[in-house]
Amino acid sequence: MDVYTLLIQLLNGVQYGLLLFLVASGLTLIFGIMGVINLAHGSFYMVGAYMAFAFSSATGSLVAGVVMGLGLSVALGVALEWGLFGRLYQRDHLDQVLLTYGLILVFEEMRSILVDNDVHGVPVPPLLAWSIPLTPTLSYPAYRLFMSAVCLAVAVLLWLLIQRTRLGMMIRAGASNREMVQSLGLNIKLVYRLVFALGVALAALAGMVAAPVSSVYPGMGTHVLIICFVVVVMGGIGSVRGALFAALLIGVVDTFGRVFLPQAAGVMVYLVMAAVLLWRPEGLFRSI
Amino acid sequence: MMRSSRHPLRLAVGALTLFASLALLPAGSAQAQQGKVKVGFMLPYTGTYAALGVAITNGFKLYVAEAGGRLAGREVEYFTVDDESDPAKAPDNASKLIKRDQVDVLVGTVHSGVALAMAKVARDTNTLLIIPNAGAGDLTGPLCAPNIFRTSFTNWQPGYAMGKVAAEQKRKTAVTFTWKYAAGQESVDGFKEGFEAGGGKVIKELSLPFPQVEFQSYLTEIASLKPDLVYVFFAGGGAVKFVKDYAAAGLKASIPLYGAGFLTDGTLKAQGEAAEGLLTTLHYADNLDNPKDRGFRAAYQKAYGAEADVYAVQGYDAAQILAAGLAAVKGDLGKRKELIAAMAAAKIDSPRGPMTLSKAHNPVNDIYLRKVEGGQNKVIGIAVPALADPARGCKM
Repeated sequence: MDVYTLLIQLLNGVQYGLLLFLVASGLTLIFGIMGVINLAHGSFYMVGAYMAFAFSSATGSLVAGVVMGLGLSVALGVALEWGLFGRLYQRDHLDQVLLTYGLILVFEEMRSILVDNDVHGVPVPPLLAWSIPLTPTLSYPAYRLFMSAVCLAVAVLLWLLIQRTRLGMMIRAGASNREMVQSLGLNIKLVYRLVFALGVALAALAGMVAAPVSSVYPGMGTHVLIICFVVVVMGGIGSVRGALFAALLIGVVDTFGRVFLPQAAGVMVYLVMAAVLLWRPEGLFRSI
Repeated sequence: MMRSSRHPLRLAVGALTLFASLALLPAGSAQAQQGKVKVGFMLPYTGTYAALGVAITNGFKLYVAEAGGRLAGREVEYFTVDDESDPAKAPDNASKLIKRDQVDVLVGTVHSGVALAMAKVARDTNTLLIIPNAGAGDLTGPLCAPNIFRTSFTNWQPGYAMGKVAAEQKRKTAVTFTWKYAAGQESVDGFKEGFEAGGGKVIKELSLPFPQVEFQSYLTEIASLKPDLVYVFFAGGGAVKFVKDYAAAGLKASIPLYGAGFLTDGTLKAQGEAAEGLLTTLHYADNLDNPKDRGFRAAYQKAYGAEADVYAVQGYDAAQILAAGLAAVKGDLGKRKELIAAMAAAKIDSPRGPMTLSKAHNPVNDIYLRKVEGGQNKVIGIAVPALADPARGCKM
């Protein structure tokens, strides 16, 4: 294998890692800041992908689908936080697992009733339906590069939001001491609701952006859920920066694992996770 | 396979139908009840394979309806269990039909793991079993039995046929790619056997854990290996994604992609342009020009308002085989030996074309070479005529 091919594989790894970050960032917010174990996170990803499918086939434009989908997923997040998750903050993790597992079943069933059990494709927007030739036989789809750009943009925006805005300050304060923030007269309930909606919207956005390359199919959410938890735990629970580094590490390790150790491709990621946790039991970065 | 979801509505409807059919049994007329042939469908009616289970059931019932609702003069009574494509529940589900409902013949199923469990129960209880889809080689290999029949295929068959075609096209090198599970491995083994017998060489066998769909690094590897062709076994969501990724990576133009028929069956709409021109092998296609198929498709459309597919054909032929056996013994299920002999010797006029059964009770039929054109799997030739599975390990 020559250097050029290795570089392409590195690109594959980074690109996969960035997408993982986009899905996992919402989970690390909800898990790290609000302390809720949200098994339904994969379902939000699925909901996003199906919304992209439904709206883009109705309007003929993926962009319009994404805009509508984002609005709806924020609304879904607010509604879920108000109706269900808001009651869980003081409860046992086991209660949270029970509720969110139930939600997985509910979302799967809704998908089955509202759409169907078939596989559907979402067309790549015509503007991005071209590729860049890398070698005489291989070219790289522009849409994949666009996906990476979206993921990077989200990473930067999240960092700005949390580190550089007043709301971000409240979020960080709320994560370290909820009661203290409340007693200072800040509306922590509203902050939590916003963070939760943001988490749902991020997962849905990941589903929408990934839909043209992953296609939409039953059970797609459960596939990403496990790897998301790996990213979050490895990066340090609640740390957006950690999630970015962990996702990139996983993306690259997974890709090269498949190339050099195909027999062990399935376990490489978990071996690396075990090594990282032995070295740093709290993950790569501390919270926030 | 993917996590199956439950469907309370359909379950409820199913339960009600079962209840109703039980309640409607003519009370007190023991003779009439004895007069019925009891068929037990153990198929997926929920989850990823629900559509397949429904198509198989529809196909079976269509044949019986065409025969006037009777086989060899006996009325047919149906019992239904949703197997949920869950191998863990398979022994219980099969027992329900065999012990509780006392069915004469068991029909199922789609998922190979479930079918293997059913075959075991069928062997233990000596129940007639007709498998209308699952392609595991073992079912008509080491696990073969006089009372076990199959109307679909072994995973080996389309793979072997495609290997032969590729070798006949004078292609020298191939890379294979599949999920790391039995069906994929059997299919790839078949391809390798056919291809290397014809002088080709498989230079690399790639696989990834089921049901992962992150293909990008493998595509890069394929591009650097530059084989003459790539043979893959994927189905459902994975097939859609792989075909699209393969085209998006620009590989489709330089390295032809071949696959077992499932790569482009039931997935063409989602694959769109990316699937155009792909070559696959299977025992059925969308434009078979024979009167039997035209009639079958029209009747299916009329009865169910849907397009018939390969699964419906396999269900239809399951009924045909049973009918052939019953006709030979004039409906007397007691004449077990003659019944089985007649089923095994049946010459079936299937919508797929003529079909017989091998010694191991697996279909012997033409495997078609198909090309995706205008969103349809069109026949462009016969890859291997009357191809029989070698049935390795079958002692019968």
